[in-house]
Amino acid sequence: MPDQVPLVDYLALSPEPHLVAHECDACGARFFDRRNACASCSGTSFHAVDVPTAGELVTFTIVSFAAPGVPVPFVAGVVDCGGTSVRANVINTDPDPTHVRTGMPVQLATFVVGTDSEGVEAVGFGFEPVEATS
Amino acid sequence: MSSDDVWILGIRMTKFGKRPDDDVMDIASEAALGALADGGVTMADMGVLAAGNLMSMGAPTGQLLQKQIGQTGIPVYNVSNACATGATALRTVIMAIKAGECDMGLAVGVEKLAGAGLLAGGSRKADSDTWQPKGRYGAVASVDGRIGTEIMPGVFAQIGMEYGHRYGGTSFELFARISEKNHAHSTLNPLAAYTKRLSLDEIMNDVMIAYPNTRPMCSANCDGAAAAVVVSDAKLRTLDPDQRRRAVKVSASVLTSDPWTESCQVLPDVNTLTRRAATQAYEQAGVGPEDLDLVELHDCFATAELVHYDNLMLCPEGGAVDFFESGAPWRDGRLPVNVSGGLQSKGHPIAATGIANIWEVCHHLRGEAGDRQIEGARVGLAHVIGLGSACGVHILEKAA
Repeated sequence: MPDQVPLVDYLALSPEPHLVAHECDACGARFFDRRNACASCSGTSFHAVDVPTAGELVTFTIVSFAAPGVPVPFVAGVVDCGGTSVRANVINTDPDPTHVRTGMPVQLATFVVGTDSEGVEAVGFGFEPVEATS
Repeated sequence: MSSDDVWILGIRMTKFGKRPDDDVMDIASEAALGALADGGVTMADMGVLAAGNLMSMGAPTGQLLQKQIGQTGIPVYNVSNACATGATALRTVIMAIKAGECDMGLAVGVEKLAGAGLLAGGSRKADSDTWQPKGRYGAVASVDGRIGTEIMPGVFAQIGMEYGHRYGGTSFELFARISEKNHAHSTLNPLAAYTKRLSLDEIMNDVMIAYPNTRPMCSANCDGAAAAVVVSDAKLRTLDPDQRRRAVKVSASVLTSDPWTESCQVLPDVNTLTRRAATQAYEQAGVGPEDLDLVELHDCFATAELVHYDNLMLCPEGGAVDFFESGAPWRDGRLPVNVSGGLQSKGHPIAATGIANIWEVCHHLRGEAGDRQIEGARVGLAHVIGLGSACGVHILEKAA
């Protein structure tokens, strides 16, 4: 058994953590989920592409009231990673509108979601402000 | 007037709010019988029934309603299209009449939603004790709150914030002022769930749900129903002068779904399908946004109202903030928007909403809106969005 598994299968943990999309061979549309066919052109063949790990935060919300069991507050948003839109939380910053703003540069970061009964860690991802670590 | 026109003959919206002593069929019957009486007709005159009740989880809503108001054996279509369910029921009846299957039909939307709370996201289960990939993303644990948010206030917050990122000019206060407008408008609507005017401070200092949407900036869960009787042009000509005088012409009836756009599976794109529906509706009706006297649009959250000013082309592209700042969408402005109070204040009993907004517009076109009448209203537009997505746009015109 590996020591770590990704929270979702489109998060690759090595060599460095990054996201992998299914790109339509015919039209280039990108998807993160298992596909039956392409939503853009109905093509049925795809290849894997690495998504850039740096991007720009194009929108966000700060969720203060969520479903039971979901810790709040947290920042949810969309990051434009070189033309591919990615849904993610903004992490490693205070969840308030003075620290989070649209247009800010962000980069992929990982965190441990939890450890199961066999000692395996699940690793999730988010995006953190570039300023915070440079 | 052309022979394939269709008309709203009768229409009714119930009081929206908490109705603990009424069940779903009580509320649906009140709307349906009210619409029939308003049109001067009965169930025996109806050739088709379309009904929607999103929370019934597949129950035969139309047939259950017939058990209460008249089992006439006509075809029934139970429809489900998220928040566009009511508009979809109405459009189903319109299509049946345009197809020549019948000359009159009834559309009903009903919901019991008071106290429902958040309607998406469910609750997060405890993580499994062994990580097992599940579903189309191969997730080993729940992703809501870990990879973005599934709650509607958060989804629509991002839709408004994205507009602000693209065009500038938005702020928490701007979005709160949109809500202030709708809570002011509903003070004149006795059927609204909330009729208390809220100050900007009260709105901004209320409970934050998903920034920048505070609680009063979210649509109000409540009980309610709306129903409409649709009639063909040929049949209308045979009816009494008073029925003809109060009939409202359906100049456009459009339903779209969301076409693929780059980011639409990451954050729902409510813009493209609304813009397409509006474009088709203006073409069908032969009118433009400048001809509208009032608009009821789908302000499920304050952040959503802003983007739909643009999507419905009530302003130049990118000009939604300026449109609001000009005072245009207030009831005394150039193009009143949501004079009913909208979903934030009138309330949002989901399946009823897509007919209730038609009722509001018809009320003004008939000159029967009382204290909140928009004087001289002749043309109005009603818009709904159901996430997933479906968009309904109807343009209505006063009888000539």
